[in-house]
Amino acid sequence: MNLTLHVWRQSGPKAPGKLEQYEAKNVSPDQSFLEMLDEVNEHLIKEGKDPIAFDHDCREGICGMCSQVINGVPHGGQERTTVCQLHMRRFNDGDTIYIEPWRALAFPIQKDLIVDRSNLEKIMQAGGYTSCHTGGVADGNAILVPKVAADYAMDAAECIGCGACVAACPNGSAMLYTSAKVAQLAALPQGQAEAAERVCAMTEAMQEAGFGNCSNHYECQAACPKGINVKFIAKLNREYQKALFK
Amino acid sequence: MILDGKCPKGPIQTSWDRHRFDLKLVNPANKRKYKVLVVGTGLAGGAAAASLGELGYNVEAFCYQDSARRAHSIAAQGGINAAKNYPNDGDSIYRLFYDTIKGGDFRAREADVWRLAQVSNNIIDQCVAQGVPFARDYAGYLDNRSFGGAQVSRTFYARGQTGQQLLLGAYSALSRQVKAGTVKLFARTEMLDLVVVDGEAKGITVRDLITGEIRTHVGDAVVLATGGYVNVFYLSTNAMGCSVTANWRAHKKGAFFANPCYTQIHPTCIPQSGDHQSKLTLMSESLRNDGRCWAPKKKGDNRHPNDIPEEERDYYLERKYPSFGNLAPRDIASRAAKEQCDDGRGVGPGGRGVNLDFSAAIKRVGEHTIRERYGNLFEMYEKITDENAYKQPMRMYPAPHYSMGGLWVDYNCESNVPGLFVLGEANFSVHGANRLGASALMQGLADGYFVIPYTIANYLAKTKPGAVSADHAECKKSVEDVKAYNNRLLNINGKKTVSEFHRELGKIMWENVGMARSEESLKDAIKRIPVLREEFWNNVKVTGKGEELNQQLENAGRVADFLEFGELMAKDALHRNESCGGHFRVEHQMPDGEAKRDDENYCYVGAWEFKGVDKEPELHKEPLTFENVHLAVRSYK
Repeated sequence: MNLTLHVWRQSGPKAPGKLEQYEAKNVSPDQSFLEMLDEVNEHLIKEGKDPIAFDHDCREGICGMCSQVINGVPHGGQERTTVCQLHMRRFNDGDTIYIEPWRALAFPIQKDLIVDRSNLEKIMQAGGYTSCHTGGVADGNAILVPKVAADYAMDAAECIGCGACVAACPNGSAMLYTSAKVAQLAALPQGQAEAAERVCAMTEAMQEAGFGNCSNHYECQAACPKGINVKFIAKLNREYQKALFK
Repeated sequence: MILDGKCPKGPIQTSWDRHRFDLKLVNPANKRKYKVLVVGTGLAGGAAAASLGELGYNVEAFCYQDSARRAHSIAAQGGINAAKNYPNDGDSIYRLFYDTIKGGDFRAREADVWRLAQVSNNIIDQCVAQGVPFARDYAGYLDNRSFGGAQVSRTFYARGQTGQQLLLGAYSALSRQVKAGTVKLFARTEMLDLVVVDGEAKGITVRDLITGEIRTHVGDAVVLATGGYVNVFYLSTNAMGCSVTANWRAHKKGAFFANPCYTQIHPTCIPQSGDHQSKLTLMSESLRNDGRCWAPKKKGDNRHPNDIPEEERDYYLERKYPSFGNLAPRDIASRAAKEQCDDGRGVGPGGRGVNLDFSAAIKRVGEHTIRERYGNLFEMYEKITDENAYKQPMRMYPAPHYSMGGLWVDYNCESNVPGLFVLGEANFSVHGANRLGASALMQGLADGYFVIPYTIANYLAKTKPGAVSADHAECKKSVEDVKAYNNRLLNINGKKTVSEFHRELGKIMWENVGMARSEESLKDAIKRIPVLREEFWNNVKVTGKGEELNQQLENAGRVADFLEFGELMAKDALHRNESCGGHFRVEHQMPDGEAKRDDENYCYVGAWEFKGVDKEPELHKEPLTFENVHLAVRSYK
């Protein structure tokens, strides 16, 4: 199939950007979206032009590196799918596709489709852990975690930290991302000791980094390639309220 | 030169404990005076940086991704082994040790493997304390599953994302140290050179992948945890950024490269769909717990798999290896799959595939249970192939997945260059010629949490902190060398792209140095790789500048290294005139097609010394002795 692409090109963080048009020819339906872009880039290089810069690494939907807004939807709109797992059979011959970077105040653009997500790191560094030391911990079976709690924690822990939730949110909020870690650790006995401190520190870091607040649009859940549920935001709010009374 | 692994002598059961006592210590108040550079933030590097930071060392950690959480350990699916014996099925440290030595086809060091088995139990405890949501039963106890090469259930797992959860555990420990100020993190930073001063590793030269700045970081020791090199095949299950670059540049500065020909071709990957493909996707070995491998009995049978009646199917693993069945080790399962396809009985496009069938398991335990066990894998399979594996078998074909070879290290994980430590997949130490499933995660975390924190002190205690500063002549030279190298790449301005060269190299490697190797194929590769390399340096086109975000330049450097490394890999495979584990020389096989080892002549680690590009590398040997496991023909029948 043949496609027309409009891709956001921006040479640096301060430079002005704009959409440029490219043609993608003879695209196979079995190709992944990124493989289609690879081929466009091969042509650009041969023409001596600067190829489109985009983040990607594992190409199997787990590292969280790829980050493109396709036709206005982070990761392209296929349910529970990252850009790298999106295949061209989801498109039709003759389609026009718009490709843009994550857009959020807290994610400055570095080049083309690559953004700086280091603000997500700051949230994790503020408290996304249990303060256990290497060595000197109890036997794994000394801490009982009923299956229901373990499954709940795992549902939250599936977050790949890609930032699609932020890109999808009209407020540029990182509530879903933050809540996933808060909820995971709050559901487990290991996370109890620091639960109150953690939720306060992570929420504060989130606000300081320039992420907005949640106003219940649920766009984050719709865009999340791992299907992280907004119920974790409710859990975050409950944990936060509980912490205020401590 | 005969290399000495410096393994502790005496009874193996107490070897690590005795060795730990013999290691020198660094006083708590002195630790902060030492700076340790950790390259790579996967399981090994992340765990090492976090643990060393917590001990009080001044740590700088580097990764090429935009976050430490994205290293390719994250993609490991199935699980992590430990000798807990929770299921009461006869497991022990000794059995895990034995299985790993045997699984590696008797080409690993006994002492290293013993230590791995011993600390495996600590790893599970550590990860649980971090909040890793391992699978549990309704009473709250940890659950186990089975993996290849073992007859006990010793694999702990977190759905089909065990690597992700373990890495996020290490990442959380690392984040905690970043906040504490003991670890400074440099993301989007790639190591391009090792700085060696007076024979000891004292720094690294890196490129900032955003600004293009080339600079040196000095330290008192360097830890490489930079993963494996199977992207030399172009198509592999590794992430696109995985490369041999950090290891190769260290090799060019004197570190020996051990057993580069030991590569693992994983039996269950989604078959290639066309020439456009950029990578291959693995489906966890855990699927072989419930999936049965089969090929049609009839050649060229292109009926839909569901229409092929039971009696016309060849469940070849169950037939050939009745006691291990579908859980035969990876090298054996891969070769068996290749055999079926070579025999004209493969399925899918081009006949390069076999079936992995879940229908019996779904009938036995129900679709719900199978979905609970492997839901995300079935989903991933469907995204890529557009086929529903609950309704029809998955198609699978072997693909390059892991490298058992790596930089040579002694028992302390220290390379032959003092002060240079190598952890995880980047070293060669514990998997021999074949790695068993669920052992890579175990090794990465063992090295990072429970080995390097002890062994690095033994080196640091003998050195003066801060002996080398950033304005040392060697640092300046290193920066100049890296700049000159990159400029050379940028100025060729030829006609072929970096990927085109990578694909061509991959084709040579896969056809000649892949699952079946012969003297002829290896000699052919050794002849063709230097020709391709020569063409690369005259005809590659790298666009853009060095002083900016330039992904073409990043790739060009990595492919340039693969073009040198590939030749060494072929030479190692040619010199190893035997078959063992993942290294299969067609000249050396049993009448039934199994690998035929030659213990008399090849029971050693082959470590290569770099002598210059286009010059013959020099081989050094470390003899392997087996005092606790009897050297025997490996059998899974």
